[in-house]
Amino acid sequence: MTLFPIEKTGAAERDAGDRLSIGGFVRRHPETVTAAMLVAICVAVAILNPDFLQPSSLIDIVRASVVTGLFALGVFVILAAGGIDVSFTAIAALTMYSITLLTTRYAPGLPMILVLVLAVGGGMLLGMFNGLLVYNFAVPAMIVTIGTQYLFRGILLAFVGTVWIMALPEQMLTFGRAPMVQFANSNGAVVTLPLYVLVLPAAAVLTWWILNRTLMGRAIFAMGGSARVAERLGYNLRTVHLFVFGFAGALAGLAGIIHVCSNRLANPFDLVGTEINVIAAVVLGGARITGGTGTVIGTLLGVLLVTVINNVLVMVGIPSTWQRFVVGTFILLAAAFFVVRQRRT
Amino acid sequence: MRRVDGQFLVLAAINVVLLALGAAISGGSFLSVFNLQSMAGQVPEIGLLAIGVMLAMCAGDGGIDLSGIALANLSGVLSAVLVAGLVSSAEQEGLYSALFILGALVIGFLGGLVNGTLITRFRITPILCTLGTQMAFTGLAVIVSGGKAVVVGSPEPLSSIGNEFWFGAPISFILFVAVAALIGVALKVSPFGRWLMLSGSNPKAALYAGFPRSAVVTATYALSGTLSGLSGVIIAARNVNVKWDYGASYLLIAILIAVMAGVRPEGGYGRIVCVVFSAVALQLMSSLLNFGGLSNFVRDFAWGALLLAFLAIARYDLVGFVFSDRRR
Repeated sequence: MTLFPIEKTGAAERDAGDRLSIGGFVRRHPETVTAAMLVAICVAVAILNPDFLQPSSLIDIVRASVVTGLFALGVFVILAAGGIDVSFTAIAALTMYSITLLTTRYAPGLPMILVLVLAVGGGMLLGMFNGLLVYNFAVPAMIVTIGTQYLFRGILLAFVGTVWIMALPEQMLTFGRAPMVQFANSNGAVVTLPLYVLVLPAAAVLTWWILNRTLMGRAIFAMGGSARVAERLGYNLRTVHLFVFGFAGALAGLAGIIHVCSNRLANPFDLVGTEINVIAAVVLGGARITGGTGTVIGTLLGVLLVTVINNVLVMVGIPSTWQRFVVGTFILLAAAFFVVRQRRT
Repeated sequence: MRRVDGQFLVLAAINVVLLALGAAISGGSFLSVFNLQSMAGQVPEIGLLAIGVMLAMCAGDGGIDLSGIALANLSGVLSAVLVAGLVSSAEQEGLYSALFILGALVIGFLGGLVNGTLITRFRITPILCTLGTQMAFTGLAVIVSGGKAVVVGSPEPLSSIGNEFWFGAPISFILFVAVAALIGVALKVSPFGRWLMLSGSNPKAALYAGFPRSAVVTATYALSGTLSGLSGVIIAARNVNVKWDYGASYLLIAILIAVMAGVRPEGGYGRIVCVVFSAVALQLMSSLLNFGGLSNFVRDFAWGALLLAFLAIARYDLVGFVFSDRRR
C-alpha cells in the first residue's frame, strides 16, 4: 500500500517537468508526431518532385481523403470505445449499391437530400446490428465484424446485384460535380474542388462535439478505458455499443454514397478490402487500439498521411507494388512507437 | 470436461449428417471415392491455417493471428522466387522440391517469429500487430513477384504431395492429420502446451506462477507461422502457380473453423481434434453448396452467417444445454 503515494508523487513531478519540455508535450499530444511525419514526407516529396505542389495534385489528395476520412472518423469512435470494426466497408458497399439501385429503378426523381438520409439511415441500422451482436456475444469485436463483413457483402453480391450501375440519376451526378472552387491550371486544364469535400470537416466537427461536449462522449472514453469500471459508474454499455457502431455505420453509409457520386459509378465490388488502410490511418493518428484515447484532429492527420503515402509513392519513383508493404510497415512502426511512448509515461 | 465432449459429439454428428445429406441429394455420387478424395485434398491448406488461429487464440490476452494466409502466400511466392534463381523446377525436380519446401517452412517460421517478437517485446496488441504484418507480408509478396503469379510447375516429390494418394487418401491430407496429431499431443503432454493453455486462461496468475510467458507466446506465433509456411507448400503442390492474392476468404474461414471447433476467443481453451473435425465439416458444407450449384457469393454469405450463429451457440452454451439435459 505504501508504494502508491510514492509512485503518485513521482508521476506528478514528472508531469510538472513534462509541461515545460517538448518531450512531455509530444507525449500528451501524439498527433504532433503524425503532423511532423506528414510535413516531413510532404517536404521530401516536394523536393524530389515539385509537381507535387501543383494545385491539381493537392486537390486530388483532398478528394481522395474524403471517403477514407469519413470511414476513419467512425472507426476512431469505435476504437475510442475499446472496440474495432472491419465491416464498415461492406456496410458502405451494401448501402450505396442498394440505394443507387433503388433510386435509379423506382424513384429517379428522389431529392438528393433524401438519398443522403437513406444512406445514413441504412448504414446506421447495419452498424447497430453490429453493436448489438458485439454487446451480446461478448467476444472480440474483430471476430464479430469479420463475420458481418462477409454477411453484408454476401447479401449484396448474392441477392442484390453484381452489375455496375453506370447511368446514375441526375441529382446524384449534380451532387458529385457541384464545384466549391474552380480554376484553370497553368496548362489550361480545369481543376475543380468539389462541394462534397465539405462533408468531411462537418462530420469531423460533429464527432469532436459528441466526444468532447456530450455525456455520450464521456461514456465512450470511459468504456474504452475500462468497460467494467464504466459499467459500475452507471453507464449503459448496451447503449454505448449501439451508439458507436451505429455512428460508424451511418458515416460508412454516407461515405459510400459520396463514393458513388464522385466516381459517377456504383460498383458493388468496390470499397471492401480498403479497411486496413483506414485502420492504419486511425492508428497513425495516435488512437490506441485498446481504447480510451485519441483525438479527431489526430485521426484527420492520420488520414492525410495514409492518403499522401498511397498517392505520392509513384510520384517519387517508388513502384506502386511497394504500397502495401510501406503502409503495413508504417502501421507496425506507429504501433511500436506509441506503445513505447506510453510505457515511458 | 462435459462441455468438451458435447462440442466433439456435435461436430461428429454434423459431419455424419452432412455426409448423409450429400448422399441423399446427389443420389450417392457425393460419397464416391473420387469426390471424397477431392474434398479431402482441399482441407489441409485451410485446416493448417485454422490450427494457427486456434493456437494464437489459446494464448489469450486478445491473441489472434490474422496474418495466416498472407504469410502462407508470402512463403510460397518468396521461396519460389528464391529457389528459381538457384535450380530449375523442370530439370532438377528433387532438389527444387527439397529447397522449396525448406524455404517456405523457414520463411513461415521467421514470419511467425516477427509476429511473436512484435507482440511480446514491443507489446503491440495481437490484432493490430497481425493486421500490420498481414499487410506487410502481402506487400512483400507483391514486391518480390511484381504482382504476378510465380510458376512452380509440377516437380515430382512436391507435386505428389498435392496430387497423389497413400492408401486412397491424398498425401496432403495424411500430412495434415499427422501434423495436427503431433501438435495435439504436444499440447496435452508438453510443458509448452500446459503453459499455453494456463497462461491463456489467466495471464496474471501465469505471471506470478513464473511461467516463461514471453517465450511461450513467441513460440506460439512462430509455430502458427510455420504452419502457414506448410500451408503455402501445400498450396504450391496443388497448383502450378503461387500468387500473392490466393485464398482471399481464407482469413474468415480459418477463424470460422476455430470458432466452430469451440475454441474460446478469450483464450485458454481449444482442442485440435475438434478443429480437424470442424475443418472437415466446413469442407463438406462447401462441397454441398457446390453440388447445389450456388455461387461463391452465396457461400460467403453462408460463412458469415455461420460464424455469427456459432458465436451465438458458444455464448449461450447451447451445446452444453442440449447435452446436460440428456445426461439428467
